[in-house]
Amino acid sequence: MTLHLVSNKPSIIGILDLQGGVHEHLDHLERLGVSARRVKQASDFADLAGLIIPGGESSCISRLLNIFEIKEILLRTHREGMKIWGTCAGAILLAKKVVGETSCLGLIDIKIERNSFGSQLDSFTSEAMIPAVSVEPIPLTFIRAPKIISVGKEINVLLKIDNYIAAAESENVLVTVFHPELTGCLALHRYFAIKCGLKLATNDHGYIDPLWKSSSWTRQSGID
Amino acid sequence: MDAKRYELNVQLAQMLKGGVIMDVTNVEQAKIAEEAGAVAVMALERVPADIRKHGGVARMSDPSMIAKIKKTVSIPVMAKARIGHFVEAQILEALRIDYIDESEVLTPADEECHIDKTKFSIPFVCGARNLGEALRRIAEGAAMIRTKGEAGTGNVVEAVRHMRTMNREIRQLAQMPVEEVTGFAKTNGIPYELALKVKELGRLPVVNFAAGGIATPADAALMMQLGCDGVFVGSGIFKSVDPAPRARAIVKATAYFNDPQKVLEASMDLGEAMPGLEISQIPPEQILAGRGW
Repeated sequence: MTLHLVSNKPSIIGILDLQGGVHEHLDHLERLGVSARRVKQASDFADLAGLIIPGGESSCISRLLNIFEIKEILLRTHREGMKIWGTCAGAILLAKKVVGETSCLGLIDIKIERNSFGSQLDSFTSEAMIPAVSVEPIPLTFIRAPKIISVGKEINVLLKIDNYIAAAESENVLVTVFHPELTGCLALHRYFAIKCGLKLATNDHGYIDPLWKSSSWTRQSGID
Repeated sequence: MDAKRYELNVQLAQMLKGGVIMDVTNVEQAKIAEEAGAVAVMALERVPADIRKHGGVARMSDPSMIAKIKKTVSIPVMAKARIGHFVEAQILEALRIDYIDESEVLTPADEECHIDKTKFSIPFVCGARNLGEALRRIAEGAAMIRTKGEAGTGNVVEAVRHMRTMNREIRQLAQMPVEEVTGFAKTNGIPYELALKVKELGRLPVVNFAAGGIATPADAALMMQLGCDGVFVGSGIFKSVDPAPRARAIVKATAYFNDPQKVLEASMDLGEAMPGLEISQIPPEQILAGRGW
């Protein structure tokens, strides 16, 4: 902690805590040894190197962003250098264009279609190589997922599957339509932490944390 | 349902955490709910307050009504099947909605057996009054739990009772030496492996929402502070005087449940809540929470 004060460089990754898969991202960041914070109030944006907008329902999170002036602070902090990663609903909120809807934050030049695979019965898992992120295949969990239909010229496509894009980034924004926080894979969280300029203490957490279980999120959500 | 599919179904419920699931009876209400920030809608012909008033046998809703609502919104759509009525569940699965509520709000079709939910690919949410009931449903394949509360009353007292009971039993289990778990599991009708799992995790292994009697932003925040992962609001919204602002207010209060200032703001100028019912005024045979075991 003292080191952070000396260098005066933000070293915390926040997770937007309005609705959705907050505990799951917290658990992953903890496994990487990254300081994480739930972000719910204006004051929670202080000293954030990065912000994760989790999966959930984009229409719900978007409404809550607008109510308590969180949106303006989020946009301002982003302009001041805070990187943002959106998973699933988070990616929809960050997109410049959303099929059939008005966009919310419009921070990355992609066109995205909400709930593009169908109902929960069409949710699925698979795996793929994302060379920029990991030398190992990455497990992918798609839950009522959106599809990125197209991207602007300056956007870097990280993963394309069939006719859609599943992961992409600009200099300051990362989007994935799948949920790395719902698998034992830490590679994308590590990738985002590095994008935020954080130095990770160790490298020995492999890409898959063998101690992770699908119930690991409950560590962050016990009853009192 | 294989293990991977079950995990995906539990994970969909995880994505609903911190959110409000609203009962809707037509396309217009579904739009209002989505616009207000609901994380899912429960499509049904009559809200519980009307089912209560109407009497008679309450069944699964007309699938064409559910299909219309499904077409209207992009958030998940849930619908209710009667306890034990696995064919209603098969129909809802064929309709490809997102979640089935095996619900005591409808008239049970089977007083001995709940649906064998492991035979389905679609996820189920089930009601529970205590830890034993919750874990029996999970053993049958439920991917999400909610308190039963007492639906259609606008009275939160039963939901509070059910949540406090579950929490108390989880705390007991978490603290007891492992050799006492066998007896605890036997007394409470809990599958032993699931009792061990809850002991290890210190909570239910799946998402647990509040339901049954939530009518105000304060009710929603109360249930969240008691440790629920989110809330269902049935009659509370569309039986109130002014549904849209109330729906938005309950969404706000659920997200900011720990912040009295924001719950206060959410509680202002909402008009009258739904009429409430004192539980002791309800004839015992009309208590919905007693359906199922």
